[in-house]
Amino acid sequence: MINWLELLGSRTTAVMIEMGKVVMFLIQTLRWCTSRPFYFKNLLKQMEQIGVNSVPVVLTTAISTGMVLALQSYTGFKRFGAESLIGTVVSLSMTRELGPVLTGLMVAGRAGASMAAELGTMRVTEQIDALYTLATNPMKYLVVPRFLASTIMMFFLTALGMYVGIAGGYFVGVKVLGTNPVTYINQSINNTEVTDIWYGLIKSLVFGAVVGLIGCYKGFNTEGGAEGVGKATTGAVVVSCMLILILDYFLSALLW
Amino acid sequence: MIEITDLHKNFGGHHVLRGVNLSVEKGESMTVIGGSGSGKSVLIKHIIGLLFPDRGRVVVDGQDLNTLDERGLNDIRKKFGMLFQGAALFDSLTVGENVGFSLKQHTRMSDREIRDAATEKLALVGLKGVEDKMPSDLSGGMRKRVGLARAIAMDAEIILYDEPTTGLDPITADAINDLIVDLRKKLGVTSVAITHDMQSAYKISDRIAMLYKGEIQEIGTPDEIRNTTNPIVKQFITGSAVGPITAD
Repeated sequence: MINWLELLGSRTTAVMIEMGKVVMFLIQTLRWCTSRPFYFKNLLKQMEQIGVNSVPVVLTTAISTGMVLALQSYTGFKRFGAESLIGTVVSLSMTRELGPVLTGLMVAGRAGASMAAELGTMRVTEQIDALYTLATNPMKYLVVPRFLASTIMMFFLTALGMYVGIAGGYFVGVKVLGTNPVTYINQSINNTEVTDIWYGLIKSLVFGAVVGLIGCYKGFNTEGGAEGVGKATTGAVVVSCMLILILDYFLSALLW
Repeated sequence: MIEITDLHKNFGGHHVLRGVNLSVEKGESMTVIGGSGSGKSVLIKHIIGLLFPDRGRVVVDGQDLNTLDERGLNDIRKKFGMLFQGAALFDSLTVGENVGFSLKQHTRMSDREIRDAATEKLALVGLKGVEDKMPSDLSGGMRKRVGLARAIAMDAEIILYDEPTTGLDPITADAINDLIVDLRKKLGVTSVAITHDMQSAYKISDRIAMLYKGEIQEIGTPDEIRNTTNPIVKQFITGSAVGPITAD
């Protein structure tokens, strides 16, 4: 019993210490975001890697989700004659919930893992130490551009995901299932408010910051060789996804 | 130029450095020898402010690294060049961009001027026409040369060498030794190297210091070290398995 309690205590302490370190890393990152020099070229490069290169994954996920959502809700709603509400369900789900969450998870899996692996490799091959010896702050040079690019690009990727998901739902609802297009569009527009879109986009900014922060934190603090890089990469994806799902609830409650 | 006094460093209860005292004069070439885990890498990382002492002082050009803020540390670091064991070239940059990295960050030179300077430094280390290659296209010896060109790009006053010949074949290792000696003659820099390669240590050093279990055992010229009576140093330089030093 005592052993069990000791184990629980040590695990809890370890988690609390890790959380503290992440918060300290975030504070440092935010501090370096506002001080010179600014590496705009690095920022643009990361915006391309994190954002532009994630477009195919996000598009596929969003269009598939929108189409499946229309198909499944049609099956259910048809039972009580409410097929006209498909447009509302698809657009509300995509803007408030599925757009930001699925985009967040996809970017965490693709770009978060890539960030952790790249920085982790730089750590174990002493490239980060080399930056210090060349009088260049690696937090500014490596972490800040990735953190900002992840936050900014998640916003645009989510907006794109929302649009494409709704378009996918329209295609299935109208072209495949034969719902009246005017009714579909009217229902979608009348029941979706601008604030619904903003709620989703605010979530996306938070999720983008989470992916950038955790990817960089895990990579920056990699220890050991190839095994360490593997652990950092897995850790970055798992922790980012968990945080996105946990924060999603609290953000949904807050932005009700 | 470099003054290390009573330097102690612990890692999770493991006392790696136990009161190291070492001074390096301007223009001198000092090599620290010692086995794996003796604390050589930890020592060299203290000299450039990658690690900070738990106790003791590291003074470079009259400035205690412990008392400096980030800007002060960076000013001191600009006096240094460091060649890492695996060269630590930036994978995502070309050879030319690697060599010109600090010029790009810390000067107002144009891209053309930086490229010319990188070509000049690469020529100093015996490389030509590699500016546009990626580090992954180079052999181990070439990577070390590029690392060295990057280290001297800002006209460093002090060059630190972390195991400069490790992982190289004997001929390439000797070529790197010659290069280190040659650069010192041409540039008049102060050098601090850490190695367990005795051939390299004899060739590149004015003085050699032996680090064992976190303490300096002996300091002397290469000839003094060759003729040492200290059993620990003697065993190390002869590479004998029998003696006071035991394999871990």
